[in-house]
Amino acid sequence: MPSLNAQTKHPVTITLNDGTRTGHASPRMLLSDFLRHELGAHGTKVGCEHGVCGACTIRLDGVAARACLTLAVQADGRRVDTVEGLAPDGRMTTLQDAFNRHHALQCGFCTAGILMSLSDYLERVPKPTETELRDMLSGHLCRCTGYAGIVRAVMDVTGQASGNADAKDASGRKEPGHV
Amino acid sequence: MKPAPFDYLRAASAEEALAALAEHGDEARILAGGQSLMPMLNMRLLQPRIIVDVSAIAELGKIDARDGHLAVGASVTQSGLMASSDLATRSPLLAGALPWVGHFQTRNRGTVCGSVAHADPSAEIPLCLVALEGEVVLRSARRRRTVVAETFFIGPLTTLRKPDEMIEAVRFRLPKPGAGHAFREVAMRHGDFAITACAAVVDADRIRLAVGGVGDRPVARNWPILKGDALDDALNAFAWELGGDDDQHATARYRRDLVRRVGRLVIEEARSCQA
Ligand SMILES: Cc1cc2nc3c(=O)[nH]c(=O)nc-3n(C[C@@H](O)[C@H](O)[C@H](O)COP(=O)(O)OP(=O)(O)OC[C@H]3O[C@@H](n4cnc5c(N)ncnc54)[C@H](O)[C@@H]3O)c2cc1C
Ligand code: FES
Ligand code: FES
Repeated sequence: MPSLNAQTKHPVTITLNDGTRTGHASPRMLLSDFLRHELGAHGTKVGCEHGVCGACTIRLDGVAARACLTLAVQADGRRVDTVEGLAPDGRMTTLQDAFNRHHALQCGFCTAGILMSLSDYLERVPKPTETELRDMLSGHLCRCTGYAGIVRAVMDVTGQASGNADAKDASGRKEPGHV
Repeated sequence: MKPAPFDYLRAASAEEALAALAEHGDEARILAGGQSLMPMLNMRLLQPRIIVDVSAIAELGKIDARDGHLAVGASVTQSGLMASSDLATRSPLLAGALPWVGHFQTRNRGTVCGSVAHADPSAEIPLCLVALEGEVVLRSARRRRTVVAETFFIGPLTTLRKPDEMIEAVRFRLPKPGAGHAFREVAMRHGDFAITACAAVVDADRIRLAVGGVGDRPVARNWPILKGDALDDALNAFAWELGGDDDQHATARYRRDLVRRVGRLVIEEARSCQA
């Protein structure tokens, strides 16, 4: 295969959440920018652009990865899953629903990345211990929640803690909005 | 935070990648997992003319145990090695150390050989390669050569690799019967680079301790089976030889103290799991 010229935009075709999408990218374009600017898929967020914050995490051929450390041209011909694909018919997945119930997000900037990591991780480790889960979450920065709600949400959907018991505070009060 | 322009080649074979390296020399950069290179490109610490992507070369994706070594090819990811069959018996040291390399999400893309090529002085994989007396297999369009890991690393992000060479594979020595292994590191948070990391291999008549994060590359020492004060003295001398530097994470003195304490801990742990 000949090399792609730096100054030219090249067609890049990906399977984005079950649909085929084509855009154009010069070799230096990051996959995160390609998704957002070229394909208009704004669900994937961009924070640090050096792999640390995790906001841009997507699944590339099923595997959770940083979109900001991937070139758009590298994704050509491959499958990219983003947060938009989690709820195709407009209904939230059980994990998204648990995030809502357990206050696993506030501003939501980190959420898309965390959900994409979890969607890969929970397929490999269906019932993580809290230690394992927190270790996985070390690849994401959340400046709002302190991670407690995220951990509760995952423990709930993996059937390891009763959502009810867990969502109560020390005095036994239910969290607001909890059903 | 966007890379400067470069040409891009997705190499389909090792030959294709090596031909591009031969043509472009130090204007070319190999891209493997991108977990160290991409941040450097984004921050424009590097501005290569051409990127040669080796991550999709199927022939470099092999993990083989043969000739007393576990050979890991250039496109094998850290996650791939962690999930490979029998890693706990083929390399208990790697099985213990790999979970400390970055995060789940970075290990999914980052390669074993890329970490060795990158040669960060506190990286876990180069440390294990030195502890296990491993080798680096370098290949250019003209020849193939094998370099002992201990001489491969020269300093921070600096190795013996020539610009036209690719690391084709790295070879970790398989455990000797009856040997014990242990790995520990101290970092600010799990997933951060180690302030100090120690790997010990203990067999019937030898202790081997490798230390990362203190010197400018992973460094190992061999001792006979020392115990008690004699072991403390050896660790103390090693800590002073390594020296270490002050930086924003820790002082040199703290690092030397970690060599004494964590060094002793891993040696004792390795002893206790000797078969
Ligand atoms: C958030 C974060 C945390 C991290 N934490 C750690 C950590 O705790 N410990 C740690 O060790 N690492 C850590 N890393 C870096 C690690 O993830 C990288 O995978 C590794 O350092 C480089 O491997 P790579 O395959 O990603 O290589 P790349 O980034 O693709 O390449 C790195 C360098 O090696 C060269 N190279 C790559 N492959 C070859 C080859 N086959 N032959 C010749 N040259 C080659 C490239 O040209 C480049 O110069 C972290 C990274 C991130 C983003
Ligand atoms: S934007 Fe990709 S990890 Fe922060
Ligand atoms: S919800 Fe705001 S950063 Fe996580």
